[in-house]
Amino acid sequence: MSYSDKVIDHYNNPRNVGSMDKKDADVGTGLVGAPECGDVMKLQIKVNPQTNIIEDAKFKTFGCGSAIASSSLATEWVKGKTIDQALEIKNTEIVKELALPPVKIHCSVLAEDAIRAAIGDWKKKQQTAKPAEMHAAQ
Amino acid sequence: MSTDVKTATPSSQDIGQHPNPNGIKLPIYMDNHATTPMDPRVLEEMLPYFMEKFGNAASRNHPFGWAAEEAVELSRERIAKLIGATAKEIIFTSGATESDNLAIKGVAEMYREKGNHIITAVTEHKAVLDTCKHLEKLGYRVTYLPVQKDGLVDLDDLQRAIDDKTILVTIMAANNEIGVLQPIAEIGKMCRERGVVFHTDAVQAIGKVPIDVNKMNIDVASITGHKLYGPKGVGALYVRRKNPRVQLVPLIDGGGHERGMRSGTLNVPGIAGLGKACALAQEEMPQESCKMAGLRNRLKDSIMSRLDEVYINGSWEHRLPGNLNISFAYVEGESLLMGINDIAVSSGSACTSATLEPSYVLKALGTGDDLAHSSIRFGIGRFNTEAEIDYVADRVVETVLRLRELSPLYEMAKEGVDLKSVKWAAEAH
Repeated sequence: MSYSDKVIDHYNNPRNVGSMDKKDADVGTGLVGAPECGDVMKLQIKVNPQTNIIEDAKFKTFGCGSAIASSSLATEWVKGKTIDQALEIKNTEIVKELALPPVKIHCSVLAEDAIRAAIGDWKKKQQTAKPAEMHAAQ
Repeated sequence: MSTDVKTATPSSQDIGQHPNPNGIKLPIYMDNHATTPMDPRVLEEMLPYFMEKFGNAASRNHPFGWAAEEAVELSRERIAKLIGATAKEIIFTSGATESDNLAIKGVAEMYREKGNHIITAVTEHKAVLDTCKHLEKLGYRVTYLPVQKDGLVDLDDLQRAIDDKTILVTIMAANNEIGVLQPIAEIGKMCRERGVVFHTDAVQAIGKVPIDVNKMNIDVASITGHKLYGPKGVGALYVRRKNPRVQLVPLIDGGGHERGMRSGTLNVPGIAGLGKACALAQEEMPQESCKMAGLRNRLKDSIMSRLDEVYINGSWEHRLPGNLNISFAYVEGESLLMGINDIAVSSGSACTSATLEPSYVLKALGTGDDLAHSSIRFGIGRFNTEAEIDYVADRVVETVLRLRELSPLYEMAKEGVDLKSVKWAAEAH
């Protein structure tokens, strides 16, 4: 398997590697894939609740070079976007950017899933946090 | 260790960026179960048979044919000597896959009236397994023996599996992925007692560990050139001639070459090379296997003393001297290969296979899919050096450490999360 220069670059210099506090109300965490399938991605976003803009993103990935590159790219792309804009990122755009071969398309699908899962987690936190805040305000 | 020494100029992309103080030539080849480089002495033996001694070994009437025949017969003797056989018991083929096909299909058809049952093991090479599957479609019954956690066949399982319809047992001598050596002598003894033909795919074992067809009661054995520093495209099949005589129905009909068992003009240069490779193996095996095991142990110790959660796949005791197959927990195999791209090794990861399934051999051992995805096979060969071993160990350790920092599984395990208890939101693929 030969890799595109962009995949190699992300593999050698992955962007935004790391972890954020899962319990932080402004942080959304997506954990997708399974060890048995050979791919697990953890993608986290930190969202400004006033603007809904993703101010930071971090990832860790267990998987092949294409999986690492897809999630690394995903963190780059979501940063600075609003939640709604981030939800518009399609796996096909990742495939195109990284020139992934057909057998690696599932890596891009997983990255898109990771973005959605992180946003889903953040949204859930917003909904559960609100009643608590109201309660605190009373 | 110096880190600023610039070294050899390898051809492939982005190799040579790593410190290489010992002047090692990159990339390093450490995938000797896939194929071996040819020994220069083998090439030398072959060269005359392309040009000046180009004759057809079947030409009986002139010196061109005689010279070719002489080379073929010398090769037959050399191969036979290495495995304790006689020259007449060696049939030349195009390689291991053909040898396995000829052995299994040839015996199955020849002994069809006696029975239709064949026994093999789940960790066999596809050349054996797929041949058996083909025979199942033709009405044969095949038992695929499981293996134990160490990769070895349980002899009691085999004893129980043999019935009065069993005509063939086919079990490999050494496994191509995990290098595990099956108890061939015990299997041979059992087959002889029960009157069943015993075939062994010995391509990984021959020239690496002693094989003696008489002491081990082997009736049919597959051999190939390119796994023992000989050429590709040539192999052989040992077929016992007496006590008992084993007969085969040929796969290829034609001019009646090779005692009618394999028609087709002989590949004389290839055959000369295979014979020379066997002669070299015979001479050098004792010292060479010690050297291989020494290098292999050095690699294992160097890696395992610096990394935790590294698991050896298959029996350590019953193993080819040059084989090391290990899983690096929390690191996916293909990403590890990408990180050590100046070293040629293989992985059992699904991502490196055409089928997107992790290694069926590792799965048969009960290795979880996660660890199968994390496995690397190092195949150390005749031309590897201690300096190469040290370089490989350093590169593997640094890459595993880097990838573990990148791995959510490693982070979770460090936090005390039991990965087996996590409900994974798996995207099936």
